[in-house]
Amino acid sequence: MRITQGAFSFLPDLTDDQIRAQVQYCIDNGWAVSLEFTDDPHPRNTYWDMWGHPMFDNPDAAALMMDLAECRKIYGDRHIRVVAFDSSHGWESVKLSFIVNRPAEEPGFRLERQEIAGRSIRYTTKSYAADRPAGERYG
Amino acid sequence: MSSTAEAIVKPAGTPPAVDLREEFETSGVREVLAELDRDLIGLAPVKKRIRETAALLLVERARKSMGLAQETPTLHMSFTGNPGTGKTTVALRMADLLHRLGYIRKGHLVSVTRDDLVGQYIGHTAPKTKEVLKRAMGGVLFIDEAYYLYRPENERDYGQEAIEILLQVMENQRDDLVVILAGYSERMDRFFQSNPGFRSRIAHHIDFPDYTDEELLKIAETMLAHQHYVLDEEALTVMRDYIAKRRGQPHFANARSIRNALDRARLRQANRLFETSKGPLDATALSTISAEDIMASRVFSIAAKAARAEQ
Repeated sequence: MRITQGAFSFLPDLTDDQIRAQVQYCIDNGWAVSLEFTDDPHPRNTYWDMWGHPMFDNPDAAALMMDLAECRKIYGDRHIRVVAFDSSHGWESVKLSFIVNRPAEEPGFRLERQEIAGRSIRYTTKSYAADRPAGERYG
Repeated sequence: MSSTAEAIVKPAGTPPAVDLREEFETSGVREVLAELDRDLIGLAPVKKRIRETAALLLVERARKSMGLAQETPTLHMSFTGNPGTGKTTVALRMADLLHRLGYIRKGHLVSVTRDDLVGQYIGHTAPKTKEVLKRAMGGVLFIDEAYYLYRPENERDYGQEAIEILLQVMENQRDDLVVILAGYSERMDRFFQSNPGFRSRIAHHIDFPDYTDEELLKIAETMLAHQHYVLDEEALTVMRDYIAKRRGQPHFANARSIRNALDRARLRQANRLFETSKGPLDATALSTISAEDIMASRVFSIAAKAARAEQ
């Protein structure tokens, strides 16, 4: 099951040129772009691992594309996303984030039901991939 | 049909002809070259090389628009010359030129030295160099005194690591950035000899000649004019003498020496005005540098001592 989070996730995967154009748009708006990766893509997992530092003073998207190529070389079997952070006063938060790399196969999530007192049921979703230990989930 | 004839057959949708004159005007190259001519004194061979390079790039761009060329030409350069001959200034203009011709996307210049590229411990160099390269993407990376990157006397020096990363990016990301190496001629030659990888990746070697005395005098006048100062008649002759004497002394750095000399002359002028003036001073008095302000320089006393020693 293809996970959908961040911008553009219902579209077909962006090509490198499209990624470059989006990143350049972010930079031109003065946002600091950076890369994050994870092998636990649960929708509630907002804390992905950082790849390098946010790029506050790089005027061109080529810098991020260079990092992305390196990140893919090592973590090509995980989810990688671009994060664009707006540091201007009052915002100080992520303005745009989108997935730029996916594992070859995304097994998706299962729904778990827990029966609790008073015949109520508590639901939760669990990633199939997360059954395996971190680092071996999409190998 | 021979293969050469086939190669000239153009793909559909390309313009049938290109007017180089018009390209020259509309791309703004003419402006940059005119500015270069106007603002920089002397440096005739450098200007000629830049004009040639601009022509080459313009033609290359026209060829590309007609589908005759696909590869981006190698644009990495080396600027060699003595200190104070205008390498950094020309690099700035070069960045502007390349930007207007569309060979680099942003046209900014990132000027670095060994300290910015090479780390202090194992594993520090690669991230540092990459950080700098990322900052320079879409523009020009200007590495001043590039030969310090390579220290043959210390085989564990981290400079080698920076060189390898640089070479890799220079080769693989020619569309993304242009690298200009700068430094003194002899040491650059030695640097290129011991790092053949650099020599082969650099297409344009531009040599910056020393300024003549006449040119330096003109530079002095221009520098002063920018700060709204003038040399009076007598000071002009003394300045000419000063330049000739300064050249013979160690650590002569062309225009930079002149700038420093003028800074000191302004200091002496201020002191002189402060100590000698009785009444109010007019604008002419405040902005005129006279002979004694320059005469007080150590350059003259050293020269006199040397002359006495010879006798």
